Amino acid sequence: MTIRTELDQDAQKLTIAIQGRFDFSAHKDFRDSYEGLDAKPHKYSIDMREAVYIDSSALGMLLLLRDHAGGDNADVEIVNCNADVKKILTISNFDQLFTIH
Amino acid sequence: MNAKTAGSGAHRVLVADDNAVDRKLLATIVGRAGFEVIQAVDGNDAVEKFYAEKPDMVLLDALMPGKDGFAVAEEIKANSGDGFVPIIFLTSLTEATELARCVDAGGDDFLSKPYNRVILQAKLYALQRMRDVHQTVQTQRDEIAKHHMQLVADQEAAKAVFDNVAAARNLEAPYIKYLLSPLALFNGDVLLAAQNPANNLYIMLGDFTGHGLAAAIGAMPLSDVFYGMTAKGFSLAEVVRECNRKLGSVLPSGYFCCAAALVVDFNRYTVEYWNGGLPSAYLRKQGSSELTPLASNHLPLGILPHDQFKDDTLIHEVSPGDRLFMATDGVIEARNSQGEYFGAERLESLVANSPAESLFSSVRNGVYDFIGEHESDDDITMVEITVVAEEQLQAVDLQDSLDELGGPKDWKFSYELGPSSLKDFNPLPLLQQVLMGAPYLRVRASAIYTVLAELYSNALEHGVLGLRSDLKSSAEGFAQYYQARAKALENVSGYVRFEVEGSIQDTQVELRIRVKDSGRGFDYQSYLERARSAEAAAGYHGRGVRLLWDLCETVEFCDPGNEVEVTMQWEHGDE
Repeated sequence: MTIRTELDQDAQKLTIAIQGRFDFSAHKDFRDSYEGLDAKPHKYSIDMREAVYIDSSALGMLLLLRDHAGGDNADVEIVNCNADVKKILTISNFDQLFTIH
Repeated sequence: MNAKTAGSGAHRVLVADDNAVDRKLLATIVGRAGFEVIQAVDGNDAVEKFYAEKPDMVLLDALMPGKDGFAVAEEIKANSGDGFVPIIFLTSLTEATELARCVDAGGDDFLSKPYNRVILQAKLYALQRMRDVHQTVQTQRDEIAKHHMQLVADQEAAKAVFDNVAAARNLEAPYIKYLLSPLALFNGDVLLAAQNPANNLYIMLGDFTGHGLAAAIGAMPLSDVFYGMTAKGFSLAEVVRECNRKLGSVLPSGYFCCAAALVVDFNRYTVEYWNGGLPSAYLRKQGSSELTPLASNHLPLGILPHDQFKDDTLIHEVSPGDRLFMATDGVIEARNSQGEYFGAERLESLVANSPAESLFSSVRNGVYDFIGEHESDDDITMVEITVVAEEQLQAVDLQDSLDELGGPKDWKFSYELGPSSLKDFNPLPLLQQVLMGAPYLRVRASAIYTVLAELYSNALEHGVLGLRSDLKSSAEGFAQYYQARAKALENVSGYVRFEVEGSIQDTQVELRIRVKDSGRGFDYQSYLERARSAEAAAGYHGRGVRLLWDLCETVEFCDPGNEVEVTMQWEHGDE
């Protein structure tokens, strides 16, 4: 599991790309990826293109990010989910909290 | 460098050499290096001094009369236990095989004669450092072992409490089959079952985020709420709403509980469910291999704040012999030795196509055969409920002290709900609580609750909302009925009034319940006639009123049909 982050030029959008299994072992890295920034970006994008698996701890981490990004006013999208990842997000009805592509 | 400053405390070195000159020379070198010296004159003396003085290091002449150095080394090493006592062999031997023998016997190093003071000191310091490292590791190991023991003890205690609070209570009924593997239990899976006052079966299957103690701990508040509210007669929507509120307030951010809850109503033959984040449960009708999925349509418990939580439930009609199957994602995510997932398709096919009587064992065996030998993946929770005829239910155990005749002996109250209350308030738990304030009514708690529930839903649905019950005679109509009900409730107007009167004289108990609604009434005469003939034919019509006939002494409708009065009578102590 590795996490790469990229902040766009005007520091408005943070992209967090997950590679491999997205589970509890990612806890610290995932948190560090958005907590250490100088200024809060307006938009967050979680790129799941290379994520193969996501468990309930990871869902918890997504909720923490959502809280950090402003709770109900947060703009967090989850993009490029494969079928398995999408299924887990759907069963949990996370589409009510996140924009999922 | 000095031994006293380098290590922890003064290190003591045993010097064993039968040659007095060599021994004195060694003792001087060692003493000057800062160590405390103990001298032994031969092998036997060395062993004795080792036990008596407990030195930190040993310098051992290989060839001595009596016990030679090799024998002494072996004995010392064998009796040092977990401790590390470095041994340096002193030898004039130079053959490689002989030197190797020193190490084989347990020596940690060797030094050839004649002695070189600088080399000897360097070796002593090196071995002293090794010993210090060894001791640090040893101390840390002991501390870890102690903490581990504490952790295991804590977990065992927590698990015992958890078992008592949450696990496998009320699940020992013949119509419930379940499997809750030990790993699943401690990974935050929880399975709760309880009956409400009308003997309806409430089941909740939950799966908390994460693993271990942190995951299991949330089961306690969850089960408290679930058992407490179910016993008091709250509706499924009210139970899950309160579970969500409770978990939201006790769980840290990012922790939640995927859960599905359902109620099997054995009087009306319905199953009502709410699913937040668990894989689809399934309803399989008797004699059919078609499945109705009870899919997740909500966020898990503990995420949304109270005011955003959605407690809408869905209802299906069932009949005896129908089966309900629920499992946590441990089943779908079970993996075989090739790393393949069991998957929802395999599960669905087993639930649909296994013989109905062995449905549960077929699924269980199917999963375990698939997993094969590696049991580490055994994180399996599943439950199957068979819908049975009401008579086969095990009644709620009421072990109150039934002989006391305290409480109010003659009383009445009336209680009227206006439109805002009708919209989303459930009066049954409150009414039941008031009635149970009269201890002599408690033996009939279940029947009373059932009668109240029947009267209230008739008054609300057919009276105030004007819904027609014949809609419910087909499966599609059944779903339409509940959609229409929800819609009509949004703009409800009118009232439902209860008038309740209770008394006990000597041992004669009487309870009179009168319910009036704001509806237009209905042609109850022909309704009652149809119900009477349907009773003979065991048909569907008039199930509600037949239930009342069963439980009450009298059931009287008043014109124009928007008012009904029932009485229940019995001899106290007769039960």
